[in-house]
Amino acid sequence: MTIIIDRTRDRSKATGPVSVAERQREKEKPKGLYKARVPIYPKLVHGRWRWIKWALLIVMLAIYYVTPWIRWDRPGVLPDQAVLVDFDGGRFYFFMVQLWPQEVYFITGLLVMSALALFLVTALFGRLWCGYACPQTVWTDLYIYIERLFEGDRNARMRLDAAPMSFNKLWRKTGKHAVWIGAAFGTGGAWIFYFHDAPDLIRTFWVGTAPMTAYVSCAILTFTTYVFAGHMREQVCTYMCPWPRIQGAMLDDQSFQVTYRYDRGEPRGPHKKTETWDGRGDCIDCNQCVVVCPMGIDIRDGAQLECINCGLCIDACNEVMDKVGRPRGLIAYDTDSAVAARSCGQKPEHRLVRPRTLYYGIALAVVGGLMIWGFSVRPQLDVHALRDRNPAFVRLADGSVRNGYTLKIANHGFEPTTIDIRYAGVPGAVLRSAGRPVETPLRVAVEPNRVTPLRVFVTAPAEQVGSGSQEAAFEIRSDVETRTVPTAFEYGDPQ
Amino acid sequence: MSETERDEHSGVETTGHEWDGIKELDNPLPRWWLWIFYGSIVVAIVYWVLMPAWPGLNGYTPGLLKQSDRADVAEELQALQVQRGRGEAMLATASLQQIEADPDLQAHALSVGQSVFGDNCATCHGAGGGGTRGYPNLRDDVWLWGGSLDEIEHTLRVGVRAAHPETRTSQMPAFGRDNMLTAAQVSDMTEYVVALSGRPADAAAVERSRQIYADNCAACHTPTGVGDQAQGAPNLTDREWLYGSDRDAIRGQIHNGRNGVMPSWEGRFSPAVIKALAVYVHVNAGGAAEVPGVVEPAP
Repeated sequence: MTIIIDRTRDRSKATGPVSVAERQREKEKPKGLYKARVPIYPKLVHGRWRWIKWALLIVMLAIYYVTPWIRWDRPGVLPDQAVLVDFDGGRFYFFMVQLWPQEVYFITGLLVMSALALFLVTALFGRLWCGYACPQTVWTDLYIYIERLFEGDRNARMRLDAAPMSFNKLWRKTGKHAVWIGAAFGTGGAWIFYFHDAPDLIRTFWVGTAPMTAYVSCAILTFTTYVFAGHMREQVCTYMCPWPRIQGAMLDDQSFQVTYRYDRGEPRGPHKKTETWDGRGDCIDCNQCVVVCPMGIDIRDGAQLECINCGLCIDACNEVMDKVGRPRGLIAYDTDSAVAARSCGQKPEHRLVRPRTLYYGIALAVVGGLMIWGFSVRPQLDVHALRDRNPAFVRLADGSVRNGYTLKIANHGFEPTTIDIRYAGVPGAVLRSAGRPVETPLRVAVEPNRVTPLRVFVTAPAEQVGSGSQEAAFEIRSDVETRTVPTAFEYGDPQ
Repeated sequence: MSETERDEHSGVETTGHEWDGIKELDNPLPRWWLWIFYGSIVVAIVYWVLMPAWPGLNGYTPGLLKQSDRADVAEELQALQVQRGRGEAMLATASLQQIEADPDLQAHALSVGQSVFGDNCATCHGAGGGGTRGYPNLRDDVWLWGGSLDEIEHTLRVGVRAAHPETRTSQMPAFGRDNMLTAAQVSDMTEYVVALSGRPADAAAVERSRQIYADNCAACHTPTGVGDQAQGAPNLTDREWLYGSDRDAIRGQIHNGRNGVMPSWEGRFSPAVIKALAVYVHVNAGGAAEVPGVVEPAP
């Protein structure tokens, strides 16, 4: 027997079984203009997804805390921190990569790639980011873990909150908040190491000589971590984060999501051991999926905005199914189309390659390819020639014409180098740098890791003087590369 | 008010607003949101007490913290002066040639020079120093009083026909206006000057002017017309003309003898700033190397 639940039905007129969560929600229907937060007491659950979540939590927190302490040898006075955002020096260091402010498009590219990857993953496997990787989820998980250490599991916590103030309640609450604030401070404290040499900052931070921005950033991060992970939790996802709303546009009926297989579960209802399973669904309405949910929702209502797809209800339900002797997977990662197919007695089909995933994949590959290409042709030596505009040209006493240029020579390398500069395009032209003797080619020492400005002048002899503007180029040669910088030579109006 | 509408699916009341068939649900706002609103009001009141806030008849309420952006700016300017002092000290102790030869000092001098030039010199010489009729072009290689670093610095200090006691001065007489030469002689002399710069001229007029040039002009402009930077006498044989190169312009200059004025900057700028300005002008005029023994090949 197949029962299809019409999820568009009007719940207020529903006559079927009403879940505990539904009844609870009815009871808490807002009376005024503003809705108080309904406290959520997620119950501890064991299972495959919970295990993965613990593992990811440890890995991601470890990455966050350890990264700033990784050392990476760089020559000279350059910082030896592997990952460092150096605002003072205007550099971003990431292991062997060093980015200048004008190369920030690489970071833009990374962000675009992250967004596209998120689109792709969401279209394929639903809100994996929300459920497993989002800092809000990870830190909330950590905070619930701490809460559980002090106040016990769901039932104990609910009793404690309902109980009048006592010494027991006081020390548990105080301890919890103290450790929460400690964890928040650890979070904010680790953040600032990404912007300053970590071993140096950890010393100056405690003696009070660290930059004010370090203290302010640390304080802000401490505050937001404590408030978001400790107190606001699911409210951040539901009310503050735009992503749950955006993700609706990425999902379709082929996306894997945490799904209550209503084709198997309905009609639900309590089940005694002696009763038959014929003519009824596997859901025994034990409400375990609801009590473990960190978002406080009932997955059996279908896919919903609040659901972060963390899979804890899957673990909870599997445990129950094992106990009652029914197969696992009443709640599972599944697609809408598979559920629909099964409820019509058809074999479900999973299609990972769909126009949507193809578009996201192609866009991701294009941006990734552009990034790799851009990175591989990134020059060690970046030279820009700025031609003087005012005056555009100068006529000298003997009738020759001179143009002035400012060369901006950026040496992205870590070693000082010497470059040879030639000027091509104007026959007989003489290239000279201010304050230096004339030489061909012009030899210039370039400091490492900075931009060296150089004023140069090119003089076209009187007999070569044409009119208007002519294409020309600076040819720059260093030990490792040759670059041609196109520019123009301005003769001015014929005399 | 008519009866409120209820959304069929969710059972939530609508606000009555509708866009293209999409109705806005009147879901309640979280209460903490309301508390943040109240919190901001409290913060505003605290702000009024601590910070300058309310305008009065004679000023404003200064607030308990006595915060003043004006005082902050004054303090920052003070700090800037201290910071600039270091750069000034470097410029003051180094010679002009040293400043130009050292890349760091040169860069510093150029940035100081650029802003000072823009504020003070650009009015006459143009923002890029390209000059205009009557105001010398500072970018080329034609100099009335010499284009070496030292000469440029000297000109900057004392000015030309300025109020400085040691000011550079020269005087081009107004030969026509003051009746030193007749109108015909001025016209003949014009031809002579045109011929000096290598352009075709009336040979008879040139011949007639030869003696007059020797008597009246050669003392400053030299017998061959190449001029003399020591007395600020322009070179008449080159292609650059301060007051114009055509016959009318040359005749006008012989007749009227215009003499421009360049202010003296000593006392208005510190010696270090004048040095920076000299380096800026010299570098932008091509920055001919002043290293002894190096011969500049003709371009």
